[in-house]
Amino acid sequence: MSAREAKAVKSPVERTPQTLGVHDRELLEMYYYVRLARAVDERMWALQRSGQAAFVISGQGHEGAQVGTVFALDRDKDWLVPFYRSVAAVLVKGMPPAEIFLIQLSKATDPSSGGRQMPGHYGHSGHKILSTSSPVTTQLLHADGIAYAAKLRGTGEVCVTEVGEGATSEGDFHEALNFAAIHRLGVIFLVENNGYAISVPLSKQMAVPNVSARAVGYGIPGVTVDGSHVLDVYVAAREAVARARRGDGPTLLEVNVPRLTAHSSDDRQEKYRSADEIRHTKEHDPVHVFAGELRAWGVLTDAREQEIAERVRRAVDEGTEIAEAAPAVDPATATRYVYYEHNAPPGRGR
Amino acid sequence: MADKRYLDAIHDALHEEMARDERVVVLGEDVGRKGGVFGVTDGLFEAFGEDRVVDTPLAESMIIGVSVGMAANGLIPVPEIQFADFIHPAFDQIVSEVARMRYRSNNDYGCPMTIRVPYGGGVHGALYHSQSIEAFYAHVPGLKVVAPYSPADAKGLLKAAIRDHDPVLYLEHKKLYRMIHDQVPDGDVDVPVGHAAVRRPGRDLSIFAYGLMMHEALGAADLLARDGIEAEVVDLRTLRPLDTATILDSVARTSRALIVHEDNRFGGFGAEVAATIAEEGFRHLDAPPTRVCGPDVPAVPFAPPLEQWFMPNAEKIAAAARTLVAY
Ligand SMILES: Cc1ncc(C[n+]2csc(CCOP(=O)(O)OP(=O)(O)O)c2C)c(N)n1
Ligand SMILES: [Mg+2]
Repeated sequence: MSAREAKAVKSPVERTPQTLGVHDRELLEMYYYVRLARAVDERMWALQRSGQAAFVISGQGHEGAQVGTVFALDRDKDWLVPFYRSVAAVLVKGMPPAEIFLIQLSKATDPSSGGRQMPGHYGHSGHKILSTSSPVTTQLLHADGIAYAAKLRGTGEVCVTEVGEGATSEGDFHEALNFAAIHRLGVIFLVENNGYAISVPLSKQMAVPNVSARAVGYGIPGVTVDGSHVLDVYVAAREAVARARRGDGPTLLEVNVPRLTAHSSDDRQEKYRSADEIRHTKEHDPVHVFAGELRAWGVLTDAREQEIAERVRRAVDEGTEIAEAAPAVDPATATRYVYYEHNAPPGRGR
Repeated sequence: MADKRYLDAIHDALHEEMARDERVVVLGEDVGRKGGVFGVTDGLFEAFGEDRVVDTPLAESMIIGVSVGMAANGLIPVPEIQFADFIHPAFDQIVSEVARMRYRSNNDYGCPMTIRVPYGGGVHGALYHSQSIEAFYAHVPGLKVVAPYSPADAKGLLKAAIRDHDPVLYLEHKKLYRMIHDQVPDGDVDVPVGHAAVRRPGRDLSIFAYGLMMHEALGAADLLARDGIEAEVVDLRTLRPLDTATILDSVARTSRALIVHEDNRFGGFGAEVAATIAEEGFRHLDAPPTRVCGPDVPAVPFAPPLEQWFMPNAEKIAAAARTLVAY
């Protein structure tokens, strides 16, 4: 892989769903998930403002990139090792809105942690989503291990892991890409570059304009795609997944995305981002960009838009109701599962 | 039954477990072709191949982080950290990921792995090849920590650790590798995690130790016997979960407790043992629980006089025991 090949890939104008072999049905399903993720995310904030949730960390702006990537997976067979902005990714991977709200409200039936972790720490063995922690970047090595096991056991599984651009400054980023490259592991390292690590801009995080430029140092392909162009992301991810499936190794897939909210509910971004910049960021909102493209391609009509909006509304309302009705966590459970328990429910916690 | 060195016992356990269960994978620096810098994994590469005996890049966080993913996807990793002194880059993966996986996922994921860690001083290793690290990790809920002394325990505990559902930090003392040998059963040796063993009964005081310090504690008991002092020597073997019942039973018999480790004294593992005895066995005590530990300098200095000054030994332990008995 030469430095030239590892360079950023632009969105070529001539690419259309037809030339890329993507059906309208798939595009509309992707659009549904982009809209669903946004609506779920907005509901998370509403639950926080109403005092039902203490904290929100948001995926707004990242939805297109995540949907495009996870759509390229075999969603039953493959693995996702997410991070805290992975609302759209976990939805596509099979986590219903109700589960996200159970996590957001820290209910007893929160499937990721039983109310032990802050919201945003997704995990679910049933959906093949690995449990996540708070220290950034540790998860990339976990993705390597999953892919190594897949290779050794001959399962054919591929693993997508997600990380922010700021977190690529951590040593685990280097260690993970290096190991995956050596063993040609089936990992897609999805770097969601939103230009900020809380308040620290890209220019203070690295001296290169793109994270993908580093791929050459590992001998793997690195590409940068505009994450608001969902189809472009999907096509790039499809290539990366095919490569992984063939046993040709990992891909560093960088997606440029807007961060449409503050870092979290504890952050005031007006302190370090100008009003002008915040306004301009909205121009890259994947919901609108994707909708515009779908209309231009003749895939999205008013009637379909309405249909999808209705489906999304129902899914979010039903999910919220289920989560709100779920029982609170019993403090008596707090000492469980520090270690393996012989009497634990079957099928969980090997 | 055969006479085996400590090192051979560890090697045999690895070999037998890899042969028994194809999910078991060894990974670390130089563990493959070379068979490890101490020779512990010698022959595994030839027997089980490069995919199951993985020479990793020189990156400790990677070694443990990759093991986490392996464990999540059906393997049983046995990562090796070449020297305990170099485990620190993996601290985050061990404490934040390995130890918490089960708790944080509410039992959705476990993280079975055995982290083998050669540790300890007395080997002319100086500040960065002699450290004891048990205090850092025994502090962490979700981890188990073992530190065998006898070859039979080394084999049995390693097998138990590999078969455990939970992560185990397996501390093997470098000086013991070729220093001691003893009868070790063929095949499985039943040494469950979590059990101390009384290695020498006595009525005048209890000495609690583990790893190389067991050797020195037994030596001290011999010296004390010449003065008519009968020391009971207890091998803790597992530091977490700590076998408090065996500790308290022993103190109930002897009324005096001497705790020995080569790790630094302040905040060391001995403080936990002493506190447990004080809190739960106070009524049995005729003297304060007392520690013999490495002194509070950063680590073991190199020059032979300095190293000898640092390391607890039979004479130092016997001297402390005499004071304790005379209390
Ligand atoms: C090891 C570690 N250091 C610091 C933090 C606190 N922290 C959480 S998110 C974050 C910024 C991450 O930025 P980036 O990787 O760009 O992802 P983004 O939040 O922008 O999506 C920081 C500093 C952390 N979680 N882990
Ligand atoms: Mg960022």
